[in-house]
Amino acid sequence: MKAFAELLDRLLYTPSRNGKLTLMCNYFRTTPDPDRGYALAALTDGLPHAFPIRRIIIELAENRFDPELYGLSRDYVGDTAETLSLMWPQPADLGHPPRLAEIVERLKYIGRHQQSAELAAWLDRLDATGRWALLKFLSGAPRVGVSARLARLAVARTFGRDVSEIEELWHGLTPPFLPLFSWLEGRTGLPEKSATPVFRPLMLAHPLEDAEWDALEVSDFAVEWKWDGIRVQYSGRGGVTRLFSRTGDDVGGAFPDMIEGAAFDAVLDGELLVVRDGEVAPFGDLQQRLNRKGVARAMMEKYPAHVRLYDALELEAEDLRSLPFVERRERLERWHREKGPRRTDVSEQLSPASKDDLRALWQGARHGGIEGLMLKRRASPYLAGRPKGHWYKWKRAALTADCVLMYAQRGAGKRSSFYSDYTFGVWADGESGLGLVPCGKAYSGFTDEELKELDRFVRQNTTERFGPVRAVEPRLVLEVAFDAIQKSGRHKAGLAMRFPRISRIRWDKPAAEADTLEHLLKIAE
Amino acid sequence: MPAMPAFETWLRPDNKGLYCVPGDFYIDPHAAVPRAIITHGHSDHARPGNEAVLATEETIDIMRLRLGEFAGGQLQAMAYGESLSLGDVTVRLVPAGHILGSAQLVIDYRGVRAVISGDYKRHADPTCLPFEPVTCDLFITEATFGLPVFRHEPDRAEIGKLLASLADFPERTHQIGVYSLGKCQRLIALLRQAGYDRPIWLHGALRSLTDYYASRGIAMGEVPDVMAATNTLAGEIVLSPPSAIGDRWSRRLAEPLASFASGWMRIRGRARQRGVELPLVISDHADWPELLDTIRETGAEEIWVTHGREEALVHAAEAMGLKARALALVGREDEPE
Repeated sequence: MKAFAELLDRLLYTPSRNGKLTLMCNYFRTTPDPDRGYALAALTDGLPHAFPIRRIIIELAENRFDPELYGLSRDYVGDTAETLSLMWPQPADLGHPPRLAEIVERLKYIGRHQQSAELAAWLDRLDATGRWALLKFLSGAPRVGVSARLARLAVARTFGRDVSEIEELWHGLTPPFLPLFSWLEGRTGLPEKSATPVFRPLMLAHPLEDAEWDALEVSDFAVEWKWDGIRVQYSGRGGVTRLFSRTGDDVGGAFPDMIEGAAFDAVLDGELLVVRDGEVAPFGDLQQRLNRKGVARAMMEKYPAHVRLYDALELEAEDLRSLPFVERRERLERWHREKGPRRTDVSEQLSPASKDDLRALWQGARHGGIEGLMLKRRASPYLAGRPKGHWYKWKRAALTADCVLMYAQRGAGKRSSFYSDYTFGVWADGESGLGLVPCGKAYSGFTDEELKELDRFVRQNTTERFGPVRAVEPRLVLEVAFDAIQKSGRHKAGLAMRFPRISRIRWDKPAAEADTLEHLLKIAE
Repeated sequence: MPAMPAFETWLRPDNKGLYCVPGDFYIDPHAAVPRAIITHGHSDHARPGNEAVLATEETIDIMRLRLGEFAGGQLQAMAYGESLSLGDVTVRLVPAGHILGSAQLVIDYRGVRAVISGDYKRHADPTCLPFEPVTCDLFITEATFGLPVFRHEPDRAEIGKLLASLADFPERTHQIGVYSLGKCQRLIALLRQAGYDRPIWLHGALRSLTDYYASRGIAMGEVPDVMAATNTLAGEIVLSPPSAIGDRWSRRLAEPLASFASGWMRIRGRARQRGVELPLVISDHADWPELLDTIRETGAEEIWVTHGREEALVHAAEAMGLKARALALVGREDEPE
């Protein structure tokens, strides 16, 4: 528990991805089984247990502490679990701290009436960091800024493997992952694949660059729309259906409409969308359904899920990955006519006769649900990762708006001394006349040299400070590029931009000439 | 035997600070006064412009270093344990364990004794004499960390965390925010104790006091100026004032890893708010158990709490059956360390 507690503690404070990877690699390298496996579970899918941590924490705090001192402390710290971990009296001699595995094993057997006493006994054997980590662990997601993907990447890197190898095995494995670590350390062979659906690493595309466009032979490529949703792998086997994200996370929980009553035997590659009456809805509609553990009927009716299929990796237990793309497509279409799961269709193939045709298609791609074009080499097999020379994505041209810089925040890591995160706004009529309404945030798109200039501008034009954030004199116009813009109730401006980034700094342009909210609402989908 | 005078009749907080009536002096006054006794050299206790100042020799040296000609009119040094009569009272300075030269003030008046703690701690500190508990009737204590959530970890564990991070991230400069008087030198001494013998690089603002500590025989080892470095100091320890963290000054360093040595680092929200990547809970103030233990050890029946989180400490003292009140003293920083 000590090593795990230190890991969580350091991860919480370390902002950079590489820093987090280093810390996790050191942990997986030096921590024995089965503890590291349980730690991996905690950092990825969580460990299923029914420990009513909130209730127990409150119970312990009320029974053990002077209510006045607890109240003052709780108000000061701002977090109940942290307050308990800090206030907990620490014996002079902690004895042996419990191992993570010991806690996990014991959790399976604790009766309802022992829960509080059992937790107290563990807390007595831990230091402040250990107590905090235990409470965090018991409350489910540790929230230390590590995605499941990053944790798996750390495991892969620790043992010099490719993360796709681990992703492919992942859904057949359970904590504490002994066969996985044993294989990684070369003690045994590959863990057995399971009878239920497993994830197959996805094939990804490169952006189409000028040189590739110049060399492109239209007849070598299959062309289709790049739909603006979430790339998924829709997978069925043995009566079980799964929906995986492109990094192999099981996202089916948020989309029961894609899971319940769906039974097929295939591994399919497609785009998860919200589709109403055959019309693809804007990305924001899909966003309403993301990152939810459960989902209400009404949500499913209002935002019906759909998978538009691009490709097939397996059909009826036959692995198709080595076949050329056109052949896989043909097999997919044939299979789908007979056995296609409901709420799916096969993405349309476009047939430009020439490069001019192709360019015209790209220019016309302004429909809400379309992000651009996909160009796939007809002869390419299905290859994991992002192989060169096979698939290209050709995103439609970005939209831009002239916005005014309003707030700036310092970045992290290499950028910690630079104001590098910018909140910008546009003009709108408000109660007190024309004013700026924030409409987005961007932290990319500029060169190192431009960053220095922006940083200098922020420091010289600060009007107010709120912790790491500075408000600036509204006088610098930023040309902001974004892939799409749509109405949104979540933001003050009533708009949400996709992938906003700084495309140009308009040192020359007076702030009064920046765009208006009215204009943005007009171009919003 | 005449009745014992109530403490309030002869020790009074007013708008300049805490005033001792029968001795005619202030303790750590907030504004300039004719006669002041100063417990230690931190700027919220040792202010400029007093006509006459009484303090330990080290505190007077530190005031001269920091305040120059404004350190005071007449500066009188007093050794720990030495007694001096001032008006109708006798005073004595006793080590407080806070920083070099820090003292508690013991005042005897008509058979009763008041002790003013100044700032203090009970953790061992290689840079100053340890706190010496003095039996008294009235104990006036600080309460910077006066909440039960504050318990400072053993220094060795915190130094261990720092050394582990250096091993994990040898490509990054470890920039540690420290207060220039006390924390800076203590951290250096703790690192030396742990066997760290590489140079420890200093921001210019830490130079004069660190040299002063060294001149008083406290071994600092090699402590060069960051400005004299010929590279970006990857994998090295740099000490700077907290304000230089994330400041343009830090751009000369190799992807600086921001650390901060302070008792406040015990609270995660606080550490994260400051953008600290490596919080080190190292404090020069008493933590909660130390505050309670010290109150008990003095045997005082009455407790006054000067600054910090008074409410909880007053509550806890009352729960111990003592008479307790908060002194709302002006001019103390909310977060002195």
